[in-house]
Order: sequence, then C-alpha cells, then structure tokens
Amino acid sequence: MSKHVVVIGAGVAGLEAAGRLSKAGFYVSLLEKEVKTGGHLNDWYKLFPDRRNSSEVKHYLDKLTLNDGIKILSGTTIEKFSKRKSHFSIITDKGNEIIADAVVVATGFDLFKSARKEEYGYGIYDNVITSAELEGMFRNDKIALCNGKIPGAIGIVHCVGSRDEKVGNLYCSKLCCVTAVKQAIEICEHLPESKVFCFYMDMRMGGAHYEELYREAQEKWGVNFIRGKVSEAGETINNRLVIKVEDTLAGRPLKMELDMLVLMAGMEMSDGGKKIAGISGLNTGENRFFSAADPHYGSNISNIKGVFYAGTCTAPMNITETISHARAAVSEVMDYLKDVN
Amino acid sequence: MQFDPFVIPFNIGLYFILFYVVFRCVIWFRGLSRPDKLRLQRGFFGNAFVLSLKEIFLESLLHKKILKTNIRLGYMHMSLAFGWFLLIFFGTIEADIFGTKHLNAPYKAIFFRYFNPEHGRMGFEAAYGFLMDLILAFILSGLILAISKRFYSRVVGMKKTTKLKLSDKIALTSLWLIFPSRLLAESFTSGTYGNGSFLTGTLGSWLASFLPAQQMAYPFWLLYSLSLGTFFVLLPVTRYMHIPAELFLIFMRNCGIKTGDKSGTYTEVQTYSCSSCGICIDACQLNFSAGITNIQPAYLMKAIRNNDDVSEIANNCLLCGRCDQKCPVGIELSPIRMIQRRVGDNENVFTNIYKGYFRKRLHNIPEKSNGQLSYNFLPVTDPEKVDVLYFAGCMTHLTPSIKNSMVKILDASGVKYKFIDEQGGVCCGRPLMLAGMDKEARELINYNSQLFWKSGAHTLVTSCPICYKVFKESYYLGVEVLHHSQFIKSQIEEGSLKMNFLRKKVVYHTPCDLGRGSGVYDEPRFVLKHVSRLEKSKFDDENSLCCGGSLANLKLSSGKKYKIAQDTAAELTKGNPEILATACPLCKKTLSSATETRVADISEIVAEALIVTSVKRNINKQVSSIRELANI
Repeated sequence: MSKHVVVIGAGVAGLEAAGRLSKAGFYVSLLEKEVKTGGHLNDWYKLFPDRRNSSEVKHYLDKLTLNDGIKILSGTTIEKFSKRKSHFSIITDKGNEIIADAVVVATGFDLFKSARKEEYGYGIYDNVITSAELEGMFRNDKIALCNGKIPGAIGIVHCVGSRDEKVGNLYCSKLCCVTAVKQAIEICEHLPESKVFCFYMDMRMGGAHYEELYREAQEKWGVNFIRGKVSEAGETINNRLVIKVEDTLAGRPLKMELDMLVLMAGMEMSDGGKKIAGISGLNTGENRFFSAADPHYGSNISNIKGVFYAGTCTAPMNITETISHARAAVSEVMDYLKDVN
Repeated sequence: MQFDPFVIPFNIGLYFILFYVVFRCVIWFRGLSRPDKLRLQRGFFGNAFVLSLKEIFLESLLHKKILKTNIRLGYMHMSLAFGWFLLIFFGTIEADIFGTKHLNAPYKAIFFRYFNPEHGRMGFEAAYGFLMDLILAFILSGLILAISKRFYSRVVGMKKTTKLKLSDKIALTSLWLIFPSRLLAESFTSGTYGNGSFLTGTLGSWLASFLPAQQMAYPFWLLYSLSLGTFFVLLPVTRYMHIPAELFLIFMRNCGIKTGDKSGTYTEVQTYSCSSCGICIDACQLNFSAGITNIQPAYLMKAIRNNDDVSEIANNCLLCGRCDQKCPVGIELSPIRMIQRRVGDNENVFTNIYKGYFRKRLHNIPEKSNGQLSYNFLPVTDPEKVDVLYFAGCMTHLTPSIKNSMVKILDASGVKYKFIDEQGGVCCGRPLMLAGMDKEARELINYNSQLFWKSGAHTLVTSCPICYKVFKESYYLGVEVLHHSQFIKSQIEEGSLKMNFLRKKVVYHTPCDLGRGSGVYDEPRFVLKHVSRLEKSKFDDENSLCCGGSLANLKLSSGKKYKIAQDTAAELTKGNPEILATACPLCKKTLSSATETRVADISEIVAEALIVTSVKRNINKQVSSIRELANI
C-alpha cells in the first residue's frame, strides 16, 4: 500500500511538492485554506527577472498536480495536529480526520501589513498603495489615482516592514528590491510620461540577472534611485502626497511631492503558518519563520520527525528557490518513509 | 559599678555609630545649598519638625505604606523596626526604674537581665518582664518572616527579593543573630535563677533541664554583644544605613527640599535611605514582562552607594514612574536616575561613604557653541497672529490619522488656530533630555519658543504627551499649554463640539508622560465617557502600565519592548473592548502592533463621533513645490 503524505498549503512550494511526491508514487492530500490554489502567484503580473507572465508558472504547477494521486482539499484549515507513533493525525475545520505518514509544511508567507507603518499613510491617504496592489493595476492595465487621473510622479519605498527593528523584523525580505526595479520599469512602460523615484537603503540585487535589470532601469528608463529611508508621508490640500526623506548620498533632507506612493511590503511568516506552529509544536525562530534543523544541510527538516518544510515558510525565497526547496523536501520525505514501516 | 568585658563590642559599636551618624549629618548639612540650609533651619523650629516626628513614627517604625502595599512584608519591617524600638524604649525605662541607679549607660539597659538576674520574680516586675518578653516575641516573629523571605520571597508575597553584596550579607547575619542570641542569653540566665516570663522563663527552665544553664549563659551574652557591635560597625557600609538616613530624609522632605537636576546632599541622603525592600522590583515591567532584574531602583541606589559604573543601569529604564508611585520611602527615583544620565560615564561626582568626606566635585565646563543653528534648513514660518497653536509633534506626524483627526476637530471647534508644524518642525527636546543631553535640548527649546512667541497665541495644544511634559516643565512660554484631551474637554464644555454617542466599548490606556508624568488623568476619561462606553481596567490612572515603546529606554532590545507591549495590550483587552483608546501617538503605535484589537487615539474617536456642520478652515495651507529632485 502506498504511503500517504499531507502537504499543507497549495502555493508554489506546496504544488511543486505535491506533484513530485505523487510522481514518486505517494498518495498525496493537498490542504489549502483558500478556494483557489496557487497562493501569491495568483496576485502577480509578471515575474522578475525575465518578466514572463506569472500564469505560465501557474500553468506548469497545475499540470504537475493534475493527477489522480493528489486529492486537493481547498477551503480547508487545520484545527488539530498530533503525532501518534509513526502516524500523524490532522483534524480539519470540517471535523474530518486525516491520517498521514509524513507531512510537508508549505504555508508560505504573508505580505507585511503596511498599515502597521502608519507613518507611510497606507489606509489613510488614498494614493498610498502596496506593491501587490500595483501588480493588480498592471494586470488590469490601468494605473490610476483614486480620482481616475494618471499619476505623474510615483515614489517607491523599499524595505517596508523589512530590516526594520521598530516593527520587529530585522531580516531582509530579499525580493522587494528586485520587485521595485521590475515595477519601476513596468510603470515606465505603461506610463512613459511619469517619473519614478525609488527610495532604498541598499540595493540588494543578489539573484541571477537582477543586476542587469537594475542597470536597465537606470539607463533605459531613467528611474531615480535615492539612497535614504522615507521617514513620513503627508498630504497636501490638493490631494498630492508629500514625503520626507534624507538623501544620504547628497547628505541633506529632502521633501518631495508625489502623486502616488508604492510600498514594497516585505515578507512575514504567514498567519496560517503561525497557527500551525501553535497547534503542532514546530519550532519558530526569532524572525517568526519556522526554524529548520540545520541551516546548511537540513533546511527542510523540522524538530518533529516526519514533518518537513518547503518554501517560504522558513525564509524569504524567490520562485526558483521555492521550487528547488520543495523538491528537496520531497527527497527528504522519500528518505524518511523508506525507513518507516 | 556593674561592668563585664563582654559589653565592650556593643559599646564600641554603639559609640562608633553614634559618632558616625552625627559626623555624616554634619557633612550632609554642609553639602546643602544656601537656600536649602535656610529651609532646614526654618523647618527645625517650625511645623516641619513635628510633622517629621509623626512621619518617622508612621513610616520608619510602623511602616504604614509598606503595610498598605503588602501586609506580610509590612509586618516584617514593622516587627523588626517598631519592635526593636519598643525593646530599647521599655528596656531603658526598666533599667531606670529597677536598676541600681538612674541614668544608666546604654549597655545596662540592653544587658539588663545579665546584671540583674534576680529581677522580675513577682508583681509589677513580673508584669514588666512579661511585656519585655512579648516585645521580643514580636520581633522574633518578624525575624522568622525575614529569614524565610531570604530563601523563599513568596513567603511575604514578593515575587523577587534583592540580591546582596558581601558586607550586606555579614550585616544581615549579625542582625539575624541579635535577637535569637538575646533570647537564648536571657533564657539561660532565667533558667539558672528560675525566673523569667512566658518566653524566656519557659524556654530557660526547659533548657536548664538538660543543659548546664549557668555555663551556657555567658557565651550567649557575648554573642549578643558581638552581633550588636558588628551590626553597628558595618552599618555605614551596608544597606542598613537606611535606618539613620531615612530619618534625616523625612526631615529634609518636610522642610521642602527637592531633588532638582544635579547631584547633591538630598540625592545622597535619598540613595542611602533605600532599604532595598524590593517593592520597586515587583512594580517594574522590565522585571515582570522583560525578565530584566538588575536595573530596578533598589539596584541603582545600591550601585550609586557603591560608586559603581551606573550608566548601564541608569539608561535601561522606561522612566514610566511606576516605582516612584510605589516607593514606601518616597525616594524620587526617576529624578535620581535622570541625574545619573546627565552625569554620563565620564564623571563620578558621587562617591561612596568612605570617600564621602573627600568628595571631589567636578564642574561642567560649558562648551562654546559656534552660534550656528543646526536647523537652518527648516522653512521660515511667517508670524501670523492666532489664538491657538497646534503642535502635532514628531510622533504624531508618524501617526497621521491622529493629525488628521485633530485638524478636523480644530476646524469644527471654530477657534482661530495655526498648525505650526504642519510642514515639519523641530523636536520638542525631550528625547535628548531623556538621554541626559540637556544642553543640546536647550537649542531646540529656544528654536521652538521663538516660533511660538511670534504667533502671539495664548494657548498651545499638542497631541503628544512627551511634548506636553517638556512644554510644561522646561519651556518658559507664558502661554497655556494643553494636551489635546484637555483642549477637547474644554471645547465640549463650551459647547463648540457636537458629537454623536458611539456606543462602543472602550478601555483607556493612560500614557506614562500624561498620567504619572503630568498628572492628567481626568480629562481623557471625561472625553471618552462623552462619546463612548468607557470601561474600567485593573490598570487605570496611577497604576497604569507602560506601553513598552518609551523613548526613555536607551538600552532595551526591540524584542523585549515588543514583549512589554504584548503584555500591556493583553492586560488592557481582557474585557474584550472594541477599541483600546490612548492619548499618545507613541503608545498608539506601540500597542497597535501588539494586539488585534483596534487601537485609537482619543482624537480619532472624537473625530469619528463629530457632527460637522460647516467647515471653517482657518489655516492658510501652503502648497510646497516639488523640489530639486522632482525636476531632474
């Protein structure tokens, strides 16, 4: 009889893990709290650095998981989680009990809730939006202010909720810099008349072809990169935004009027993941992400034997890394189940 | 003449400590400023002296305040202090009436039973003996509590007790030995002569039944004398110096002497008056939320007395003022901490008791300023005559919903006002002052003062309790300074604000700088009751908690701040309110990240309830142009 693996979360990591486990001959249950699978992938427009359409990756994952060996339980959350000898008992919100031989946790990330940085005025001023909302505007092919007008000057704030001791997030979310560069280029493509300003602490272009994209943004599109953190945003009487920032290269304070401000919300441990950690006893680190058994050779291994991690529930990752991490989790599951009877 | 060599240790100790206390008081008196010396002299012949005697009786002997906070701890202190006092008092009378002559040397009273072993067999003598035994039993009951507290602090209802240094431990041991050795010495003597009352008599006859009582008595009288002598000799270098120091402190306080902002005699007397009772430790959120147990006032006072480096301790504090509120001795703990912050690492003005007499007083040499203001990049605001100035403050600019709500309220109130820092402003100066940088803060204070004066306004309204406190205490503006809760209350009373009742369940968090810091408790409650269903909490008013975000703590990690915020928010939202209201932008910011409950400033709730009839906008809004970079 084939072994049963439960995968929690049907985002990029969960779908990849489920697909690969099924290919390896396991019976897989894929639990997803949302109605749709795909996670954050559904929210993105084009992906960095090659700017292919996000639906292409979604299509690949859907094909991978379109398989009789995978039972997708969407709209399902977990209420109880316990280990009995070598088996896991998972009780869902509908009261069903699922017995599993191994569990892959792929609960992913939530975007930092930008209203927590009240000084940037998200939720207070109409034309302060998040990077995810800008993606939505790209998908609808309409970048406009709340009054329907086309923005002329657009500011992009890096590190919103990342590298910020005041909100308790000391870590770098890694992908906001390249997202900002990508979005700045896309704004310029959609609105050739606009001026885009990026306010950054450091430009962390640590992935393949990121640096090239950064160079393109400067040389081809004339995006202004200003080194300095925005301290606060305000509003003028004619509904424009005023930001205060220190230009640390020029060594002087700046005040600037803008039409729109885009906040590069960082990645945080998801609420779903926190709930799982609470009911299962899985260890989390100071950054609140799940903490893996070893940072070098055990990044999929948890403190509970038979429970493995895949993807951004352990740290910020891009899609390429997430897929690799999910595949690595599958190989850990196979190793583990080989020894368990 | 009745004398025995065993009394020598006691005599040495007693005369040493008497001489020392007098010597110390003379030094302290000489260290006072001239006005304070006059205050003391006037107090000595006036009401202050009588008041002090009363307070000494209630606090130094009975320990009324500790009894109120914690009855078992209070009993422990009372039985030792008041009991010992009674023992000396009635012992002296006993020696005077029943002794060989009147006006005896002190040791005759202390060791009365040794020199008068036949005394106390019947009648009045026996009744007096009963009284003396009763007092001794009273002290011993407290001593049992004190010893158990050392090993298990919860015996007296304390979560934490203070950690001791070596000299304290020796003094503590000798203190613990005093009364049991007296008990045994008197019992053996009573056992030998077959007298003594219910305690010493009973114990004595029982001991004499199987021990050679006559031979055993002398060593215990010697031990009694030795432990007394040791305790007295060590007193100046231990925390027990609080016993004489507190008497002097009470008198100084009743004469109207205050801590001020520099170190001096009064600060010194206060630090010596700390008995390390540990009540401040239990009150401190850094202890019970953040697990930091070495920075509380008891340890700060100890470190100052020991002449240790205190900068680490002094700077690791929220300055929430909870300890000031709870200190049974009434030591001005936060002002003393602020003095230590001002002194900084490079100066040791304050030296310990050995070096006290040779104290070296260092003087601050004011640095020469180059006359250049560092804030010349700010826009020059033209003087526009208004009645009311609104100063939002930096933190309010970081919580723009408060700022927007205040603009709405000010517009609706119809007062002629100007939003003075709408386009940005200079810090009020308090964060610098909290870091001990008063001189630098003065620069900001001067800038802001001139700005306020130019407008000719008679009222200054601010949204931030941090700014409010410094405007009230360190600016000399000559205008009425109001926190926005006070302004809103006055406008409600004048009838210029019309509001709906929101029917929301609200709990109010008192900000430290507004509540304990400035004594503003009622106005925010008045406003909230006016627009919502205000609920009570366990931590109202003087007993309020700090949100954890305090600017005053220069050492605390963000993780621990977050822990304090979570604990505070959890306590306040126990009754499941719809809104956790506060009156400080910093509290709002800190608490909102630590709870799922909506956190809102009073002004936001008022703005929500406001019925706006006509918008009267008095501010001349300046639209600033896009600067250099926007036009690249």
